[in-house]
Order: sequence, then C-alpha cells, then structure tokens
Amino acid sequence: MNIVVCMKQVPDTTAKKELGPDFLLNRGDLEAVINPFDEYALEEGLRLKESQDGEVIVVTMGPASAEDTMRKALAMGADRGVLITDPALRGTDWLGTCKVLAAAITQLNPDLTLTGMESTDARSGLVPGGLSELLDVPLLTYAASVHVGEGTVTISRQITGGFQQVEAPLPSVVSVVKGANEPRYPSLKGIMAAKRKEIRKLGLSDLGLSPEGLGLAGTRTPVTAAAPRPEKSGGQVIKPESPEEAARQIADYLAANKFI
Amino acid sequence: MVAANILIYVDHENGQPKRTALEAATKARELTDSGGGKVAAVVLGPGAPAAAESLGRYGVDDVYVDENPAFEQYLTLPHIDAVAQAVEQSGAQIILFPDTPDGRDIASRLAARLDSGLVSAVVDLVPGDGSIEARETIFGGAYTTSVAVRDSRAAIFLIRPNAFKPTESPKQAAVHELSTTLGDRAMRARRGEKTQEEGAPTPLEEASIIVSGGRGLGGPEPFALLEDLARELGGVVGASRAAVDAGWIAYSHQVGQTGRTVKPQLYVAVGISGAVQHRAGMQTAETIVAINRDADATIFSLADLGVVGDLFKIVPALTDEVRRRKGA
Repeated sequence: MNIVVCMKQVPDTTAKKELGPDFLLNRGDLEAVINPFDEYALEEGLRLKESQDGEVIVVTMGPASAEDTMRKALAMGADRGVLITDPALRGTDWLGTCKVLAAAITQLNPDLTLTGMESTDARSGLVPGGLSELLDVPLLTYAASVHVGEGTVTISRQITGGFQQVEAPLPSVVSVVKGANEPRYPSLKGIMAAKRKEIRKLGLSDLGLSPEGLGLAGTRTPVTAAAPRPEKSGGQVIKPESPEEAARQIADYLAANKFI
Repeated sequence: MVAANILIYVDHENGQPKRTALEAATKARELTDSGGGKVAAVVLGPGAPAAAESLGRYGVDDVYVDENPAFEQYLTLPHIDAVAQAVEQSGAQIILFPDTPDGRDIASRLAARLDSGLVSAVVDLVPGDGSIEARETIFGGAYTTSVAVRDSRAAIFLIRPNAFKPTESPKQAAVHELSTTLGDRAMRARRGEKTQEEGAPTPLEEASIIVSGGRGLGGPEPFALLEDLARELGGVVGASRAAVDAGWIAYSHQVGQTGRTVKPQLYVAVGISGAVQHRAGMQTAETIVAINRDADATIFSLADLGVVGDLFKIVPALTDEVRRRKGA
C-alpha cells in the first residue's frame, strides 16, 4: 500500500498576509509551517501505513526552503519526500500546481493520494479535484475517516449536519477534513530518523514539463488589481443599563435593518 | 459591453433550486441584459425539470436537464460529464458554480478537463476589457482582487453564497434534455449510507444569518442559548476556533482561518474576542453585531453594533424580545 500525501508550505495562520507589487502573497518574512489541514491527511496516511504496511511519500511543490517543513513530516513518520522546486514555478496558479503534482505522482504510482481539504493561505480547496481529473482517478473529498479494503477505499464524507459513506476503486484521490484525527507530534526518535531520510528535489525538466502555462506568466487567471479592505467606519458600541435594555436596542437595530 | 453566454450549475432539492442558483441567475441576467448573450442553467438528478419554472422567473432562458438517478448515486464524475455536455449544447463561455464543497469538486475537475481558468470566492462579476472579470476576496476578506480569465475554453467562477440578492426578471425558460451518456468510468465513486441531523440544516456558508459563539461561552451548554436565538432569527449557529478546540461544539460549525469563510447578511458574534483567525472567516459579513463583556474586545472594531454586557443575560432576553416582536 503506497500512499502519497500532498503537502503545502504556508505562512503561519496567525500571520498578517499582504500582497506584493505583483499581487502575489509576500511570503518573505512570514514564518512557514506545514499547511495545518495537510497534517490531518498525513496522520491518516501514517495510520493506514501502520495498519497495512507500505510507504508514505510526501510531495510538495514550493520554494527550496520547504525542505524544512518537509523534514517535520518525515519526523512525524513519512518515509521520504519529493520536493518539486524550480524558479520557473513562482506564481503558478492552482491548475498549474495540479499539473506539476500530477506529473510527480504519476512517476510515484501510488495506490492512494491524500490531500488536506484546502490550504490556509489560498483557501480555495481546488487541488484535490484538479489533481484527480489529471490523474483520471475517482475523487473522494472531505473524508472524516478513510478505510482501505481489497482494491477499494471507503470514506465517511462530511456533509452538512452529518456524514455519507462513499466508496471507490483504488487508485483514488482523497481529501481529509480537519478533525478527522489527532495529528501526532514528532518524537525525538522520529526527529533523529528524519535527518537520514531522503528528500528528492526535482525541477520541471526532471518531470518532463515545460514552463509553458506555469509560473506567474502562464496563469490563466491573472490578477489585474487589488484593493485592501477599507477599515470599518460608522459602527457604534453601546453599554446598556440592563439586559432587557440591551435586548430592546439590538432588536430595534435588527428591525431597522429588516432582519426581524 | 461584453456579450457572453452564461451557464449556471443549479444545486437543487427535488427540482427546488437553492438560493445560490437564484443569486447566480440574477447576476447572469444583469450581465446579459447589458452586454448581450443568453442565460442557461443545468439541473441534474430526479425532479430536475421542475426547476425550470422558478429559474425562468429569475431570468434563465434555457434549462438543460437530466433526471438520471446516477447523479444522486455517484459523486462528482457523472456531473462533470453532464456539465461538459451542457457547455457544448448551450455554447456557454462562462460557467457559474456555487462556492460550496460539491460546487468546488465539480468546478475544479471540470476546469482541469477543459483546461480552463477558474476563480473561486467570487463576490462580483463585472464587464472588463473584452471579457467578464471577477472580484475575488482573499485572505479572509483582507483584500478584494480583480481577476481576468484568459487562454481558456470557458471562464469558470465559483460564486460565494450571499454574494448577490435574488431578483426576479421573468422569462419563459425552454427545457432541453441533455444527451449525456454516462459510462462506467463516470460511476466510480458510489455514494452509500447517509446519517444526517433531522430537517436538513442550512450549510454555514449558505446561511444568511449566523449566530456565533466563542470562548466567552465558557462551555458547551450555553450554545443552547445561541441555538434558541438562531432559531428565532431563522439562522444557524457558528463558533470560533477556541470553542471548537475546547470541544464545546463540532468542527463543522467553525468560522475562521481554519474553519469556514462566511458572508452572511447578519453575523452575531457572542463572546468572541475577534482574533485574526476568526476575523478572516467573517469580516465580509454585511452586518455584524457583537456582544461581549470586554469593552476593549477587538471584535467591536468590526461591529456595526457592539453591545458591552453579560451574554448569559442578554442573549435569552434578546431571544424573548425577537419572539415577542415577531408575534406582534
């Protein structure tokens, strides 16, 4: 059972994110972490490996510095890493990212590809879908649990107010929701072992890809302008005498704005 | 002016379109009325033709339907085949999906299949330089960007629920059968047993009113107070990360950087301090009311109406007051 876990390096979630002059996220000074949503996918992959035997390979597209966050995934228990890094990839959009990841995953030929439900920086949740289409495999999203049987994968898919079982043949792409499990912390032993684990760095040519359609110049969805959100003005803060008075004033406000 | 044929993917229940579809129809009608082009919709699964009447009322010219039960039995893949077929039959250059979990799955796979640009978190569509441009909110509403789509078979937009107000513009919608043939490969992800709360709750992202609780609630029980208020207002209950991490309420209720991003018409923040993490999920709400006992809470800088006081007393009093006024 060979499992690929797709991982993205993102700015720490408490960091204030700002756009640079080319409308790309200014990542320079922000502390980088594993996309918190991806940790659930990694934990799910590690548990499957522990119960079924096999290998967990983490795959990241990102700057060369993403090696540091990848090392943490190896310390958690992943067997090896593939880091696709190339100056030509800066500014690549989500579909371009899918093409690059799909090229790497095709080489690795896993039974199962796991992803987080979205990244905490882009927040669009599009990569699992794009990736599954390019790999021409089924897509099972928002898994709260993942079970692998004889040539099949079954998930409990989080839907509004509940869950639905969904089953597909392997290989498949599965995205895992936050809270599906409790991602482990790296042990000291794991941290030591991670230092000797392989991280393979690949450029576009190693994947047989040309830069065309990738990078900032190749995006199909160029950003033409960006405006920061204006500060809120005109709000009022009141300190009513009693809860009843507070309730009356809030209700007046809601009524004036046609909410009741 | 930009002429374009626009296709809307319709989320529905037994032929009853969701509000997201009517919002998209309203915007599509406005764009085609000023620039030219037709508005089409694609409705899949049992009951699909029944959607034509209400879609027509909101300005849709052509409705493409397929009642195959496979759309309910299988996830995503049959829908891609059908929407791709509807794009062919309608000659659409623009496709609108709701920015919801199912919408994202179908739109992203379709974009990869058509090798086309897709923009998510869209809050407006405006005629630009020869094409329709999207306004997208990013980083939890910290910026609004303008995004064009180029080099694509179609421009695909995921529209954030509550981005537009449904407005009627009656048309006599023509119903067309889709000629989709679903092969075995479309039926690879089979849906099985479903366990769901009674009464199909509105998803957080689609709710127009959200009453959210945070650390100030101090435990799981006070969420019952929020549920009472939400019920009276016709809304749903949300929560901050602090409340979810403490185990007071399920993750599916979480609003914020690592939860859902919401854009309701009314957001009532109760006992929520307003950390960056939370603001990133709710600051684009139309109207924000905050109740907090700490007069210095940062949530007040976002609030249209901030109320300093004891939530445990104010929330039940407000529920009673709303109930009384509704009864009056």
